[in-house]
Amino acid sequence: MNEKVIEKLKILAESAKYDVSCASSGTTRGHRKGQIGSAEGWGICHSFAEDGRCIALLKIMLTNHCMYDCAYCINRRSNDIRRATFSVSELVELTIEFYRRNYIEGLFLSSGVVRNPDYTMERLVRAVKDLRTTHRFNGYIHLKSIPGASPELVREAGLYADRMSVNIEIPNERSLQLLAPEKDFESVFSPMRHIQQGMLQSAEERRKFRHAPRFVPAGQSTQMIVGASPDSDRDILRLSAAFYKRPSMKRVYYSGFVPVNAYDSRLPALRQPPLVRENRLYQADWLLRFYHFQVDEIVDDAYPDLDLEVDPKLAWALRHPECFPVDVNRAPYEMLLRVPGLGVKSAKMILAARRHSRLGSSHLKQIGVVMKKARYFITCRELETRTIQELRPENVRRILTRGKHRPADDGCLLIPFDFTDNPPLRP
Amino acid sequence: MTVFRYDKTFEGLLSALFDVYRLKRFPDALLGPGEPPPLFHDGVIEVGTTRERADRAWRGLERKLSPSALACLTYGWLSELPHVDLLLLRYMKKAIDAPSSIELDFGDPVVLEVSNIWKKVNSERHKAMQFLRFQKAADGTYFAAMRPLYNVLSLIVPHLRDRFADQRWLVYDVKREYGYYHDLSSVAEVRFEEKEKHLLSGFLGDDLMAKDEKLFQQLWKTYFNSTCIRERLNPRLHRQNMPARFWKYLPEKR
Ligand code: SF4
Repeated sequence: MNEKVIEKLKILAESAKYDVSCASSGTTRGHRKGQIGSAEGWGICHSFAEDGRCIALLKIMLTNHCMYDCAYCINRRSNDIRRATFSVSELVELTIEFYRRNYIEGLFLSSGVVRNPDYTMERLVRAVKDLRTTHRFNGYIHLKSIPGASPELVREAGLYADRMSVNIEIPNERSLQLLAPEKDFESVFSPMRHIQQGMLQSAEERRKFRHAPRFVPAGQSTQMIVGASPDSDRDILRLSAAFYKRPSMKRVYYSGFVPVNAYDSRLPALRQPPLVRENRLYQADWLLRFYHFQVDEIVDDAYPDLDLEVDPKLAWALRHPECFPVDVNRAPYEMLLRVPGLGVKSAKMILAARRHSRLGSSHLKQIGVVMKKARYFITCRELETRTIQELRPENVRRILTRGKHRPADDGCLLIPFDFTDNPPLRP
Repeated sequence: MTVFRYDKTFEGLLSALFDVYRLKRFPDALLGPGEPPPLFHDGVIEVGTTRERADRAWRGLERKLSPSALACLTYGWLSELPHVDLLLLRYMKKAIDAPSSIELDFGDPVVLEVSNIWKKVNSERHKAMQFLRFQKAADGTYFAAMRPLYNVLSLIVPHLRDRFADQRWLVYDVKREYGYYHDLSSVAEVRFEEKEKHLLSGFLGDDLMAKDEKLFQQLWKTYFNSTCIRERLNPRLHRQNMPARFWKYLPEKR
């Protein structure tokens, strides 16, 4: 390890950084004797970059040489950028030394395509295998599968990785082929299928033999770039909803397009990455995963794009005044979840607390309900406020969008409130 | 006005709970050793801390509260917030007197406040796990210093012990002047009479550092800067996620 590695690290981190998946969650694995490290149930962000995004993993490319020419990618063949390649031993040492200092939860490894997909995939597999078997590294590993890699290699990779991902990048096949001529949907879906098959098979085997090897225990994820093609939020979210129907798909990430190759006329001219839109997509994604929303309730042919002015839950509520106001002392959980300003954890707290007493607005505030928003959509003990029924949706919208807008968040893993997480300890 | 005086330990607080039932009186104020009593009071009751009383009080609580509610009490204690002891005593008495569990009655201000303090302490515990950074010493020990807002060091030991089981390490709270040392087989609380430079500053001097330590700090800093997307700079979010009070001990922010 020497100063030369610093240069390589710089090049290969800059090449890897546009992949936004940041979480390291989904695997819990205690320490085992003779091995290095453990995996925490949900990811720990060890640092935050100045763009505000979570740094949990050493997100790095094995090489940024690439024979493909995807228009949206900084590493495309036709770009004149500095190229570098790590040796397996350099990569392993960096990962382990960073890990031992508590800088990271593990490794997120990807690669440009060199020679052919299988050759590249084989090198990736060799690196993670080395880390796991020779160096007994027990921390988190996320491996990006190479589009077009053979099922055998995907199967092997899954034995060492906690999570694998194949990025779809563009939500519409025609747009994808326009921007990435060497790729099509099938080259992405087929490794996704291999990962899923591996998981199902391993689950089956583990039912029979407890010690059968685990296969990507944290499942798979994918990413879509937002704003590099003319596709609507409906295209994006429908694809997400379809992905989430697969049991192995844990997360879909959305990456506001950063115009890295401004010269390419196939790409839109953007001065700024579409951060608000990206944020709205993450919010919609949360509605799909945690709030019992169907995709057609969020976007449909009449509203193909998310409202940039208000969040998608509020947008839905404003379109459906007939569902409100909701009585917080009586309404079922599913209805509480639909109230703007009321999250999963406050809905659960309301269910628990209303068994003891009838709740009023001061209780709700203390529980963490954003009353500024919620007040137009609920009734509680003191019935007084004017709700969406009396005010009409357009006025509620006007009131709630007055003043300044909140900046977009990064959509990274939030730490959910969990009461059962901690064993009792006496100091 | 009823006033209790106790030794300001958690065991002492549990002993005070024992006395609440023994004497059938509830204090309006809790004093520590040497603290002057308020002007109008009906005599100060001195609480005798004993293992046995504390254990009996704790067992009583165990019958009424779930493990996570018991953890709330511990976390509350470690918050070291002013008057948290009286709040916890109220909570404990309520729990024991109530016919059914009170822990989810968030309409009750005492329950809600204990739960809110739990949230704060738990978030600090999480931050301690996030932002702790080890420096490797020449003798192979990994050293980390921090200054958490609440006294959370003991709460992260189980995590560190699991994750860094094959490393010798010392984590040290510079503010409270104690730490935990892991010698590959067990963890012990440590305090130092003589404070060497790194225990005061939180940083290993060049003489104590492992040969590669500087290089890896530099590599980490390089990575930190390279992985940032300049087009998306967001200093507000950056600070919100990683409060400036932690920066001092982060190699990437120095
Ligand atoms: S194959 Fe991957 S690395 Fe290569 S140009 Fe396309 S997106 Fe970039």
